[in-house]
Amino acid sequence: MDDIVRMEHVTFTYPATDVKESFNALNDLTLSIEKGSFVAIIGQNGSGKSTMAKLVNALLLPGEGTVWVNGYDTRDEAHLWDVRQSAGMVFQNPDNQIVSSIVEDDVAFGPENLGVEPAEIRRRVDEALEAVGMSAFKRNAPHLLSGGQKQRIAIAGAIAMRPQCIVFDEPTAMLDPRGRKEVMRIIRQLHEEGITCILITHFMEEAAQADRIVILNDGRIYMDGTPREIFTDRDSLMALGLNVPMAVDLSYHLHDLGIQLPAGIVEEEELIEALCPSK
Amino acid sequence: MSIEVRNITHIYNKGLPQESVALKDVSFTVEDGEFLGIIGHTGSGKSTLLQHLDGLLKPDEGQILIGDVDITAPKVSLLAVRRQIGLVFQYPEYQLFDETVAADVAFGPRNLGLEQEEIDERVRESLSMVGLDYDKIKDKSPFDFSGGQKRRIAMAGVLAMRPRVLILDEPTAGLDPRAHRDVLNMIRTYHKSQADSIIILVSHNMNDIAEYADKVLVMDKGQVRMHGTPKEVFARSAELREIGLDIPDLADLAEKLETRGLHVPKDAFTIPEMAQAIARQLRGGKTDPAAEGGEDA
Amino acid sequence: MIRDITLGQYYPGDSILHRLDPRIKILATLAYIILLFIVNEWIGFAACFVFLAVEVALSKVPLSYILRGLKVIFLVILFTFVLNLFMYDGEVLVRIWKLTITDQGLKRALFMAGRLILLIISSSILTFTTTPIQLTNGLERLMKPLSKIGVPSHEIAMMMSIALRFIPTLLDETDKIMKAQQARGADFESGNILHRAKQMIPILVPLFISAFRIAQDMALAMEARCYHGGQGRTSMTEMRFRTRDYITAVILLLFAAGIITLRVLI
Repeated sequence: MDDIVRMEHVTFTYPATDVKESFNALNDLTLSIEKGSFVAIIGQNGSGKSTMAKLVNALLLPGEGTVWVNGYDTRDEAHLWDVRQSAGMVFQNPDNQIVSSIVEDDVAFGPENLGVEPAEIRRRVDEALEAVGMSAFKRNAPHLLSGGQKQRIAIAGAIAMRPQCIVFDEPTAMLDPRGRKEVMRIIRQLHEEGITCILITHFMEEAAQADRIVILNDGRIYMDGTPREIFTDRDSLMALGLNVPMAVDLSYHLHDLGIQLPAGIVEEEELIEALCPSK
Repeated sequence: MSIEVRNITHIYNKGLPQESVALKDVSFTVEDGEFLGIIGHTGSGKSTLLQHLDGLLKPDEGQILIGDVDITAPKVSLLAVRRQIGLVFQYPEYQLFDETVAADVAFGPRNLGLEQEEIDERVRESLSMVGLDYDKIKDKSPFDFSGGQKRRIAMAGVLAMRPRVLILDEPTAGLDPRAHRDVLNMIRTYHKSQADSIIILVSHNMNDIAEYADKVLVMDKGQVRMHGTPKEVFARSAELREIGLDIPDLADLAEKLETRGLHVPKDAFTIPEMAQAIARQLRGGKTDPAAEGGEDA
Repeated sequence: MIRDITLGQYYPGDSILHRLDPRIKILATLAYIILLFIVNEWIGFAACFVFLAVEVALSKVPLSYILRGLKVIFLVILFTFVLNLFMYDGEVLVRIWKLTITDQGLKRALFMAGRLILLIISSSILTFTTTPIQLTNGLERLMKPLSKIGVPSHEIAMMMSIALRFIPTLLDETDKIMKAQQARGADFESGNILHRAKQMIPILVPLFISAFRIAQDMALAMEARCYHGGQGRTSMTEMRFRTRDYITAVILLLFAAGIITLRVLI
């Protein structure tokens, strides 16, 4: 299969509660994610990003339509664990996804659930911690670590299950700048090693590192393209309440002030080059 | 009514093996009406400092004077302190507790011992200040709202105390871009509406600090590393990077343009300002890096 | 003060006690506690004290750390001591107003307080030298026979493990909530009992809600990592009895035999 995740005409409805009416978090959504790619999903709160993330590993099932992960239909109960093993997930809150009071035990949680043989679990845990640079903290208590370190442990926990794809649901939203950099570095590294990375975020600098950006709005795909294609559409970004990259915003302002610049500037370097061409 | 912090030192776990110095000989002054931004990496002592300013912690050494009152004195009335100072912690929505929005927002004013009429007035006012419709939501449970709305309700709870000094610890943490901008605008509105009020904003977002703050305090390992205007502080980019902090995106751009011979002022911290500055430079021809750039007041 | 709650916390180390099989340690602690309540005279009590002292020394956990855990229940120990002091008949030693302290009362008070102290310390040694995972794995294995009669041993062990893991998190949360409400003028120090009880609502409600939120997040995270109960689950750390475990078992049995004999004879 070339696509690791395929969603076809997916609609998801949250039922009415006594304070809210029922509403469609996702509306007839069709989306494919290619194996080995790095896709960023951006959108305002309420756009359906988080719902989409949970449909990938069958934490939620579509009301209408189908979701295939690694060839399995997420509705197929017999393959539920295959789906969840294929698509790992890292959540937003670093604390609330750590099960154990010892780092290496937490990383082992996933493989233990899969019934992996003890010596193999040990190997995977060591490798996973090595991959995220946290080997030295093997026997530490997670709650004493920084947010960024905790998220790295969570990522190790996902890696230890040997997934083909990992969904990162706003993994840096609660971290400081240092923590954010740590996590993004690991995501890029995992992508290089061939793991499909689906990153849900509203930080533009993070989405810019992906191969492809999908913008969700009101449960539908609003735009789908490369970072360059997406970021140059300043009007759309502003209409959706999203941040516009600095270089793009400045280019527009300079253009309004009569300064001619080449079209399609997205990165700071390109802007600098355009303003002060190197001899 | 200014704030004067004099040589405060705070040591956690004094005498125990885990003893650590959270604050070391910290001194600075905040003037009437000032908007102070505090930056520093995690563990630099920012949170500890904020708690001292609100009287939640007492320093082992040093004093803090708010107006003429030494809030670090042994017998000081904390309620008097709370009348002047409001502190919004990170993720304030986690502290909502009462049955209705109105009751929760009224918690602070009630603790201050105000009359019911005054309390109702303040609740109404502060909810509208955070952009919520008092009549629509006053009887609803605070837990029936989205994360962003809950945060606003929690903030209204502090604003209802009409503090002369409003301290906010990362008020935009975890918010999407739109909500992020709304919160900052709200803070600015409060600042303008309360004459001579002081705002102290702790944030990791250098762009926000540069845009909103009059002065910036840089904390590093429990000590004050720098204290000056955004222009002064962010010009010291090498030092900031050394202690693990970034500079605002526009300051970074200005630095890079400088090395390419394009002189822009060091205090253009919003996109329109920077665009104007660049346009001015380009129209005036390339300037010799040795000459003064067209820096406007 | 909140930091003083060292109960349930693991103290990393490599002592012989750290390396014992958790099942032996759990059974030994249980046995010790039972023996504490069988002991009825000074010799046996002294033996219990020595046994524990040896345990403490072998654990290599600093004494100050261990004693910190006693700070929290100091009032309970004091209360027990005082209550027992005045409750028993015997040869009168001191008369205070209408109350009398007898020799029996003194002995009982000392014993009860002593038992409490030794009980707390021995339980603490257990949690200091055994990681929560080892503890719950050990308990799960010990309870396994019970699952044949329908006791959900794995689920119980998992619940305990998660509860232990979240003690520090919830304590932190309580601290944050208290500070936030204090910043809004809440006062937890003054007033009568009734007033102070009411003042707990702004702390308890958010705390409960936080706990539920954590639980929801945790459940999702566990499911995402394929948790589906105890069926088919393996464990990274295998538990095998080694020589040192057998030796410990023998020592324990001898000790128990000694205590029981003393009780029967004296």
